Amino acid sequence: MIRKFGIILITTLALSVNSYAGSDGELLLKKNDPANVKDCFEGLNRATFAFNQGLDGILFEPIAKAYRVLPSPVRKGFSNSLNNLSNLITIPNNIIQGDLKEAGVNTGRFVINTTVGVLGLFDVADKMGFTEYEKEDYGQSLGTAGVGPGCYLILPVLGPSTVRDTAGSIVNLLGGDPWYNVSVKNNTQYFNEKDYYISRGTAGVDFRAKNLESFDNLEENAMDFYASVKSLYLQDRKLKILNSKGVVDAMDDSDWDEIENN
Amino acid sequence: MLKKLFFLNILFISILLNLNTLNSIEPDIFVQSTVNRASSTLSGNNTKEERIAKLKKIAIDTVDIKGIGFYSLGKHRKGLSQDKINEYSEAFKSYFLNSFSSRLAEYSNPVIEVDSKEVLNENYTIVSSTLVATEKRPAIKIDWRIYTKNTDKPLIRDLIIEGLSLARTQKEEFNSIIQNAEGDVETLIKSLREFSNQ
Repeated sequence: MIRKFGIILITTLALSVNSYAGSDGELLLKKNDPANVKDCFEGLNRATFAFNQGLDGILFEPIAKAYRVLPSPVRKGFSNSLNNLSNLITIPNNIIQGDLKEAGVNTGRFVINTTVGVLGLFDVADKMGFTEYEKEDYGQSLGTAGVGPGCYLILPVLGPSTVRDTAGSIVNLLGGDPWYNVSVKNNTQYFNEKDYYISRGTAGVDFRAKNLESFDNLEENAMDFYASVKSLYLQDRKLKILNSKGVVDAMDDSDWDEIENN
Repeated sequence: MLKKLFFLNILFISILLNLNTLNSIEPDIFVQSTVNRASSTLSGNNTKEERIAKLKKIAIDTVDIKGIGFYSLGKHRKGLSQDKINEYSEAFKSYFLNSFSSRLAEYSNPVIEVDSKEVLNENYTIVSSTLVATEKRPAIKIDWRIYTKNTDKPLIRDLIIEGLSLARTQKEEFNSIIQNAEGDVETLIKSLREFSNQ
């Protein structure tokens, strides 16, 4: 297991251009700037993007619309439960990133919401005044450690990613996701792989349902929808890697200065 | 005499400074009043066409369309003739107003609350606000980049929704169009016109 984990890390390091550990905030900002992420496989990416859009039109969007018919408290319950489950990936990543305090908070959140909150359906921790939950993943941990994003990728069904983030997702399947371990990898008497895939599918539908209007609006008003989605994905990843709650920290004002000076 | 002149000068400067303060509009108040204008347009009994016309007027009054156009064009502006820049600016303005108004016209009575502001420098202030949650969607954090060089007339230069900059997204979209046309800005201008004529 450790060997597999090591191979993934080394592969990512090799594939990610300009990557080395120990970078400061400014370097992280520059390295993860969307403008600096190369679209090495643009032709293939655009084809996969078109495929995903087709799939979304015939499958995900109709399901998301049907999901929206469910009463708001039911959808909120599903959403809370899925968020709660994601703590199982967030907590080890808090530890990897050296944020032990947040790991402790998220462990407390997970325990309370799983027990008092009835398998996470109710976000009791939030009502108790816990800090706002921030998801973490292995791609973010690699980014925080100074690994560059590498090339931009569009994965079939799963959507936008980068070489680094894809490697991070593979870590989930190699033991990094305790939920995957207890459901798919080690079929226990309590959970099986169906539970895992249902939870992943529901997470996708929940996300799509929350963004139905935003996606439609973006698509209708974009001249190059592929480029818009790419920019939004990379901006979002940059924010998450910087763990920045304030917009100001993640902005680069030099672009705006450029128009003053010309 | 010299002493009197000195005091007169100080008095004159103080009056000027105070006048400047009196005329200046605070960015957060500017955002709230802009939001209120848009909100009353969207919640009133207007037809879709009337809404779009009013929203376009609001955009012309409050958004630095020319500045956003230049920002979106980025490095490709360098080397363009003044005629070409004017041609682009005109096409961009038409595109922006159509895109802006059609995006907003679909919303009905959005409630936006201004939370705080952060002065970045003399040119920019970021105003933070929240689009209040509805039954269909959660609350959304919206930050406004306000251009404050002229304090009498602040202008919106960017909307940052949940940390994602719309101007930045547009800049990268335009860059992609130009790069795929092997650096030809004319292709972008053509696309802008086609979009506006839809």
